[in-house]
Amino acid sequence: MDKRAAFRSWWLPSLFALPQIILILLFFYWPAVAVLRWAFTLEPPFGGAAEFVGLANFQEVFADPLYWNSVGVSLAFALCGTLATIFIGLVLALAVDRQLPGSAPFRFLYILPYAIAGPAAGMAFRFILSPERGLMASVNAAFPDFWNPAKYGSHALILVIVVFAWKWAGYTFIFLLAGLQSVPRSLIEAAAMDGCGPIRRAVDIQIPMLAPTLFFLLVIMMTEGFVGADTYGIVARTTDGGPNHGTDVMVYRIVEEAFRGLNYSGASAQSLVLIGLIMVFTFIQFRFIERQVHYK
Amino acid sequence: MIQRTPFANALTYGVMVFGFLLLIGPFVVIMSGASQTFQQVNAIPFSFLPQDRLLENMSAAWTRASLGTAMLNSFVMASLVTVGKVALSALTAFAIVFFRTPLKGFFFWMVFITLMLPLEVRVVPTYAVAADLFQPVRLLISAVTGFEVSVDWNLLNSYAGLTLPLIATATGTFLYRQFYLTLPDELAEAARMDGSGPIRFFIDMLLPLSRTNMLALTTIMFVYGWNQYLWPLLMVTDPEYKTTMMSLVALLPSDNGTPDWNVTLAGSLIIMLPPLIVVAVLQRWFVRGLVATEK
Repeated sequence: MDKRAAFRSWWLPSLFALPQIILILLFFYWPAVAVLRWAFTLEPPFGGAAEFVGLANFQEVFADPLYWNSVGVSLAFALCGTLATIFIGLVLALAVDRQLPGSAPFRFLYILPYAIAGPAAGMAFRFILSPERGLMASVNAAFPDFWNPAKYGSHALILVIVVFAWKWAGYTFIFLLAGLQSVPRSLIEAAAMDGCGPIRRAVDIQIPMLAPTLFFLLVIMMTEGFVGADTYGIVARTTDGGPNHGTDVMVYRIVEEAFRGLNYSGASAQSLVLIGLIMVFTFIQFRFIERQVHYK
Repeated sequence: MIQRTPFANALTYGVMVFGFLLLIGPFVVIMSGASQTFQQVNAIPFSFLPQDRLLENMSAAWTRASLGTAMLNSFVMASLVTVGKVALSALTAFAIVFFRTPLKGFFFWMVFITLMLPLEVRVVPTYAVAADLFQPVRLLISAVTGFEVSVDWNLLNSYAGLTLPLIATATGTFLYRQFYLTLPDELAEAARMDGSGPIRFFIDMLLPLSRTNMLALTTIMFVYGWNQYLWPLLMVTDPEYKTTMMSLVALLPSDNGTPDWNVTLAGSLIIMLPPLIVVAVLQRWFVRGLVATEK
């Protein structure tokens, strides 16, 4: 979209944009080029210039069963986390949207967990859902070995998904509540006149009308689950990717491989795969959501 | 509404209370755990009753993880990041929206593509740039002119290093852009007719008009800045520049030490408090910012 009344100058806008453009070039594009370069080259073990190795880094990454493990873990994490947050947010938004007396404070409270950093939340949940103390200890006392995220990878994965869902449920709640409020009141009232109860109205009118919002949240939350800053922080401070790579999500693996394994080429190859994934998500988001396919 | 629905109403209240337990419950556990003694916090079953040791535990956590420095650093970092983002994105969006220049498309896409490059996937080379800021410039100069220049400036262990790489923001720029696009064309026309140049127009008309947007952006960006984890972890080795997210590690009971989770929880409560206050007090703006930046 163009403004009719635009100022005519070429150096002034460049000057205005310059500070941010410099930061972007320095800290986004230059590193991105380095990732690209590293992904296709390999540094010789005893020094010297990096050699071009074609797709060898990718072959090595794809041949590693631990890589595919991290893909599976990431997929499970993002998918379960997304579905959980959207489900919780949707149910709560439907409840609050009925505007029964006394429901106003809830709307305020549900967003609070979103203020907490992933790592801080993760550490608190290490206590809350610890096998030896906190809430799960009594359950474990009755059924020994029922819950132990330090021992079982699947339990640890559930733990990090819980932290993720706890933090992000308020976020989806906000968007879904905003979406619900744009559903025409007359439609709901007409349904009520025809004898639809609140649950029927939710299922047959409100949720279908929310389809664009739900789809938007699905894309946003999947992106967040795969590459969000929180995903790394939660995993790092809650389970450290363990036990036995049970929560080794893709971003965690990349950072670990780069800074602990010092395998820049392998990490860069994995980064490129992830960047490709984000591009797909971003494309979907702008291609389909900008269009706003409305339910009619 | 026009119906009597006692069952659905009861269900609605049930859902809301359940949601409350689910989302606010953890805060209650953290707070009561943080106010208990070492024995109480490890008791089975866990007691939800708050005790009277909150302040002692907090001060123990404060000294153990030297939270004084960390809180100050986090505050400085979050504020600088916020101010930088709010200011630079306003300028960039102004350049993109209000000028007729062939470069505007270029600026727009430059900013847009950063959405696809989150820190986690370019973390090593970004670190390399921060550790040697003039590396790109040097390479460029030696490629163009053939001279080797030796200027060194690294950002490790400094506020500049903590903040500069985080200041570029696509979401902020697009928030301003959306807002500028909603302004009527007549506004800029009137300003031009009255003889105002672009800078005057920006300072005297755009900035006052975008006050609500700025406040919304400020709240979300402050929370964003405070909650940064990975970047400070890499940038900082000097304890003087530690941020709160890094002191979480120091708060954790060691594997073979005493499991004094009461102190750990009290410490994490202190760390959670500033963003929590921002979201609670400025919630209207925070929510507005969230919804607006994702459009």
